[in-house]
Amino acid sequence: MSEQETFEPVIIGFTCNWCSYRAADMAGTARIKYPPNVRLIRLMCSGRLDPTFVLKAFSGGADGVLITGCHPGECHYIEQNYKMLRRYLLLKRVLGGMGIEPDRLKLVWASAAEGVRLANEITKLVEEIRALGPLNWPQWQMGNGHHAMEVSQPEEVTA
Amino acid sequence: MTEEKIGVYVCHCGTNIAGTVDVENVAKWAETALAHRGVVIGRDYKFMCSSLGQELVEQDIKELGLTRVVVAACSPHLHEKTFRTACKNAGLNPYMCELVSIREQVSWVHTDRAAATAKSKAMISGGVERVLHHEPLEPLRVPISPHTLVVGGGIAGIQAALEIADAGCHVYLVEREPSIGGHMAQFDKTFPTLDCSACILTPRMVEAGTHPNITLLTWAEVTRVDGYVGSFTVTVRQKARKVLTDLCTGCGICVEKCPKKVIDEVFEAGLGYRKAVYTPFPQAVPKYPVMDVENCTYFQKGTCRACEKFCPTGAIDFTQEDEYITIEVGNIILATGYDLFDARRIPQYGYGRLANVFTSLEFERMTNAAGPTDGNIVLRDGVTVPEVVGIVHCVGSRDLRYNNYCSSICCMQSLKFAHLVHERTGAIVYNFYIDMRTTAKAYDEFYQRVMEEGTHFIRGKVAEITDATYKPGEKGKLIIQVEDTLIGKQRRIPVDMVILSSALEPRADHKQTAHLFGLACSSDGWMIERHPKLDPVATVTEGIFIAGCVQGPKDIPASVAQGAAAAARVIGKIQQGEISLEPIKASVDQEKCSGCRICNNLCPFNAILFHEDRMVTEINPALCQGCGTCVAACPAGAISGTGFSNEQILGQIEGLLMLNVNPLQRVPA
Repeated sequence: MSEQETFEPVIIGFTCNWCSYRAADMAGTARIKYPPNVRLIRLMCSGRLDPTFVLKAFSGGADGVLITGCHPGECHYIEQNYKMLRRYLLLKRVLGGMGIEPDRLKLVWASAAEGVRLANEITKLVEEIRALGPLNWPQWQMGNGHHAMEVSQPEEVTA
Repeated sequence: MTEEKIGVYVCHCGTNIAGTVDVENVAKWAETALAHRGVVIGRDYKFMCSSLGQELVEQDIKELGLTRVVVAACSPHLHEKTFRTACKNAGLNPYMCELVSIREQVSWVHTDRAAATAKSKAMISGGVERVLHHEPLEPLRVPISPHTLVVGGGIAGIQAALEIADAGCHVYLVEREPSIGGHMAQFDKTFPTLDCSACILTPRMVEAGTHPNITLLTWAEVTRVDGYVGSFTVTVRQKARKVLTDLCTGCGICVEKCPKKVIDEVFEAGLGYRKAVYTPFPQAVPKYPVMDVENCTYFQKGTCRACEKFCPTGAIDFTQEDEYITIEVGNIILATGYDLFDARRIPQYGYGRLANVFTSLEFERMTNAAGPTDGNIVLRDGVTVPEVVGIVHCVGSRDLRYNNYCSSICCMQSLKFAHLVHERTGAIVYNFYIDMRTTAKAYDEFYQRVMEEGTHFIRGKVAEITDATYKPGEKGKLIIQVEDTLIGKQRRIPVDMVILSSALEPRADHKQTAHLFGLACSSDGWMIERHPKLDPVATVTEGIFIAGCVQGPKDIPASVAQGAAAAARVIGKIQQGEISLEPIKASVDQEKCSGCRICNNLCPFNAILFHEDRMVTEINPALCQGCGTCVAACPAGAISGTGFSNEQILGQIEGLLMLNVNPLQRVPA
């Protein structure tokens, strides 16, 4: 079996307390299955998403980051998800500049009722990241970002 | 490495968690692998939320001197309060506790035991890193205004308003139509007792209309809601009645003299007429008419003014404009009801094309003695009494093309129709059903009674209703084409009249309503309750409750029960006098603030103010809702948000990625 086939990505997901976190709760209550690769963090609103959080997750070894929020027009705080949307679009460009595939960052709108949708999107994302392969950014960082340093085979951060 | 003493508690939740996660292993792992992060004890317990489980936490806080607590169990939306209280009981600040949801996010959604156990460890490690940055907080106490807003004057809203008013608190009851009463006022009989709907409803309407503690705002709509539980500021648009209510006596002369007749699409369901100045029905509360400007001859053509001429008290005022009223309330109950499914969306049933196909609401009006046919069951021509009547269940419900859900009332409503047709016309009645659902008290007995009366029940979904006849005896009839699934045959049933038991649907403007009040609705469009079983009338927004069909299809007894339940919740809140709110707020460190004003435009609640003189920004904690958008935006890091600080989130990320397990793996920042 090649390593590519056994690669289990680690994904950090940011959720909004009012919609997507409840969607995750609902997926649980309804026993909808999705892969265990995603680890969720609760924020009060997707507007709380500081771009630093995403970069921190990548630098810490995440292979993908998921941002979720209320559907446009349905934000619990009126319009803060639009402010996250701006940051998301900017982040996509910044990540490209850093040599990280922008596809490693994904945005999903999920209302509190959309447990199934959230689970499906997570399943899709895990497959997408699996196809992209490991990020290994920590090693890049150590080499000042110019060249991947010669490092011994990284110990996979087992969950 | 740290002076903190953290306790990690892993719940089995019976087998809910333990069935998929090796909880003993996780607890032991936390105690050893995270010891250098301050974890001094890792325990697992069958039910952490039980009083014994809570005592375990309390005991450890007292005996081991725990300074922080991580509980890995269910969603914080369920038991965060429980464990915060446990911490508080043991003398620890309740906010030094963090819940990790390994049930909803792990055991219930994953099947692989090894992976689920590993993920639980990562999540606990995230929780430990997060809790290390928790700060002791005090909940904010805010006073609760004793006034309540009830939106929607149907039976659920009336019930809620009366309960609260009887408890001695003031209620504003806002209704969009000219009169309260809602759908129930349109019905003739109510199942299963066959009580006259008006006879039981109108006394309650009058009570609501005359109650000293109820301010009735009919022909009015809520346009804006600001604030939070305890002190909402609500703007209500009082539409211009063009009738001065302090002069009007409700004599009805204006209605009588108005020369303009309009089809009444709302109250009479399109089956009857009303005038351009009208009260929807004789027992309307309040009694004052409203003027329908779009159909009034004076407003359209510039002449007429018959109503003004004949009004004995001079109450007609053509110049009256819409008014905006601002009210302050502590709690809001939403009881906005439902809309009827538009049967035209199923073209093969012919509604709107075939004259003698009626909707359930049209039939309700037809059987009502005060309705357009004086209670006579007749065909669209207004005179012919039908000899054979077909009643079709589940029109637009339990149908993936329209609505997936069961509308809950249609079976009983169709049985009631069958009984009324039988009783008043002696016609042969066919009921076409998919499944009979007669589950509440005395419902099935009514079903048996209707069966004994001789109504034919055919189990099958109607394929088509057509006037294309070709067999002898079919001429002039409507043909109902259906597969009778009990005999396994296709049948063509000729009838004179068809009644479609149409689905109940969320109000057409449910999305705007949800947005206005900050609620969530399901994909069907019904408002979501806080908990489907244990908190059916509360919503995720503190201080806003739902009652009646706005939450999902239900019959009158259930709507009344919810109205009363929501009222009880509100009265309970008012009795407390004040409420504690989550202390999740943003604040500015004015030493760090550079005055760049980037945050100034981000707050939709106007909580951020800028001091021009000192060139620094300040956040008004009373207005801050705690979303954290400004915290994320501040380039100087001058804004911090309690409960969700940068340190907490960044710590949690590190923990989730298990960077804390082996310090050597840490990446230099």
